[in-house]
Amino acid sequence: MGQVIKDSPAAEPRFKARGVDKHFGPVQALTQVDLDLYAGQVTALCGDNGAGKSVLTKCIAGIYEIDHGQFFWEGNPVHVRSPRDAARLGIETVYQDLALADNLDIVQNMFLGRERLRSGLLNEDDMERAATKTLADLRVTTVRSIRQPVASLSGGQRQSVAVAKAVMWNSKLVMLDEPTAALGVVQTKMVLDLVRRLRDRGLAVMVISHNLNDVFEVADRIAVVHLGRLVTQGPASDFDRQSVVDYMTTGASSRSGPRTDADGATSGTR
Amino acid sequence: MARAEAPETAPDPTAAAEAATLEVPPELVAQSLGEWFRAWLTRIRSGDSGVLPVILALVIITIVFQAISPHNVFLSAGNLVNLFQQSAVFIVLAMGELFVILLGEIDLSIGYAGGVGAAVTVQLVQPATTKWPWWAAVLAGLLVCVVIGALQGTLVTRLRLSSLIVTLAGLLIWQGTMLIVLGLAFSGYPSLAGLDSNRQVLYNLMNGTIDPVISWIGAAVVVLAIAALLWFGDGRRRRSGLVAPPVSLTLLKIVLIAIVATSVVAICNINRAAFGTQEGVPWVIPIVLAVFAVWMTILQRTRFGRYVYAIGGNPEAARRAGINLAAIRTLCFIICTFTAGIGLLLYASYLGGMSGNINGGQLVLYAIASVVLAGTSLFGGRGKVIHGILGGLVIGGIYNGMGLLGLDVRWQFIVTGLVLLVAITIDSLSRRSATSGSAARV
Repeated sequence: MGQVIKDSPAAEPRFKARGVDKHFGPVQALTQVDLDLYAGQVTALCGDNGAGKSVLTKCIAGIYEIDHGQFFWEGNPVHVRSPRDAARLGIETVYQDLALADNLDIVQNMFLGRERLRSGLLNEDDMERAATKTLADLRVTTVRSIRQPVASLSGGQRQSVAVAKAVMWNSKLVMLDEPTAALGVVQTKMVLDLVRRLRDRGLAVMVISHNLNDVFEVADRIAVVHLGRLVTQGPASDFDRQSVVDYMTTGASSRSGPRTDADGATSGTR
Repeated sequence: MARAEAPETAPDPTAAAEAATLEVPPELVAQSLGEWFRAWLTRIRSGDSGVLPVILALVIITIVFQAISPHNVFLSAGNLVNLFQQSAVFIVLAMGELFVILLGEIDLSIGYAGGVGAAVTVQLVQPATTKWPWWAAVLAGLLVCVVIGALQGTLVTRLRLSSLIVTLAGLLIWQGTMLIVLGLAFSGYPSLAGLDSNRQVLYNLMNGTIDPVISWIGAAVVVLAIAALLWFGDGRRRRSGLVAPPVSLTLLKIVLIAIVATSVVAICNINRAAFGTQEGVPWVIPIVLAVFAVWMTILQRTRFGRYVYAIGGNPEAARRAGINLAAIRTLCFIICTFTAGIGLLLYASYLGGMSGNINGGQLVLYAIASVVLAGTSLFGGRGKVIHGILGGLVIGGIYNGMGLLGLDVRWQFIVTGLVLLVAITIDSLSRRSATSGSAARV
């Protein structure tokens, strides 16, 4: 493969991956993956189980180091070798298990590992104020108290706290792994609204999802991986359900849809 | 979070359904004392009772032993001071064990690990041999404990051995080591009784008393300091719109602390000697309170403390947050044995010397029982330093009361074992109901 994707001059992707390979022993997990993530757009990353969605996400998040290929951040080549590197660029990931400590409250979870101090002791007042502001900005208002333990939150609220935790740090790219899995209808809506608000704040958002309802509800762009290859990506309006399913299951579609090499980087439509 | 709701135009329909009244700590949402009290009652009915059971247990123990102890001696000033002294050992050991239990680990060795430290200290101050000044001997003993904790902690965290097995081995190894230290250069056991002022200091850790007038002044200073911290701290949070308890609750806390302090000092200042005078607060009480204050500050107000809770609650979340798990865990084992060193030093002071007959296995079980029956979870992540004090008083109360009844050690073992069993049953059941409760709402 190794095709060159032409960027539209108006919008340089915030994040680009070019020719990314990753293998684990004899297993080739990613082959020549090219991916574009734009600021102010939600990109849905779709694919069947084992297609390589999680591996690709973890490579971007710095958990795995890529074997070949190059990442570009706002046009400049970058190396992401650890989660710390990713965090420094402004890349945050919300994993499916959310990584929240049930016994800590919302503020404590949001600041875990980056607590603010005043003369050596925790500055709870400052942290509580900042956490309250972030949640209010994201309009996460269903929690009764910001000091309640995360154990007492519903699934949707937990997801919201995890997202708020990720965007607190001037992050510029947020990747959400199956954010609506295991949520009910109302809570799914709540989380998708939150995803839209992230986009409206100008963040680049990548949502990994199986759920085509969610994908078409929230995505501006769609990218599909199949057997470790990124088989297509483009504006969501160029796809329909059947074409996405075709790409996910066979890696190709006879129906209309953008070809990766022809039309990779059209700026998305809302 | 009423403050943040202003810009919301379309309230989320899940809000009402998710109003998780039961598990939100009442002090977070209550605006008045009455409201707080009602929320608290609701929470207790739902099974999350906090420290209430252990306080009830204390009341029951007091009533029962007062009724059945010979000549109703349980509540006499002399016996209560003795109870404080006996409990002090359990309390300090429990506060140390807490750090390891919060991680979801366990340390079975602290009775003898602390014993090695105490034995070193007591040996070093012997006038016939080394004659170290008491403070240097104490430092040396505690340093030994730190090394033991570092060793065990490293085995558990770096080699990923089970803390149960490592510290079970430690229980045997340190018992042997303690006996070797005690056997050095002496026939018989080293004593702290003696007229030399150096050993007198160590003897007085447990047995010495503070002058009654100074006791009152000291208590007043401490209560005023705590009151000021609570009052201005809560007041500042209220003014800046942060989550804070209602004014009346802050006042209630201050009044309760003042009552407890006044009662303790009043009891200790009664002349409890049959002949002559013996009065004043024993030194051990401020020592225990100092350990409590330091460990509470570390657990509640520092990054290290926050990480201890995070690791106990969700190690994976802690790892992803960039926390150095191995370092925090090892430090907890060190703090645990270090505190045990203080506890066993107090025990040696109580016994008037160090003996090879101390039952370190029983001490560690009492320490674990203390924190667990006060509400600390053996599964990690849940527990407070105050649990060590409350639980230690319950265990000390049982120990003391059964001694008064003349019941021998066989019955003490059985009753203490039963209390522990009840405590962990409560822990398991409340945990199960909490889990099923939140699962229902996901």
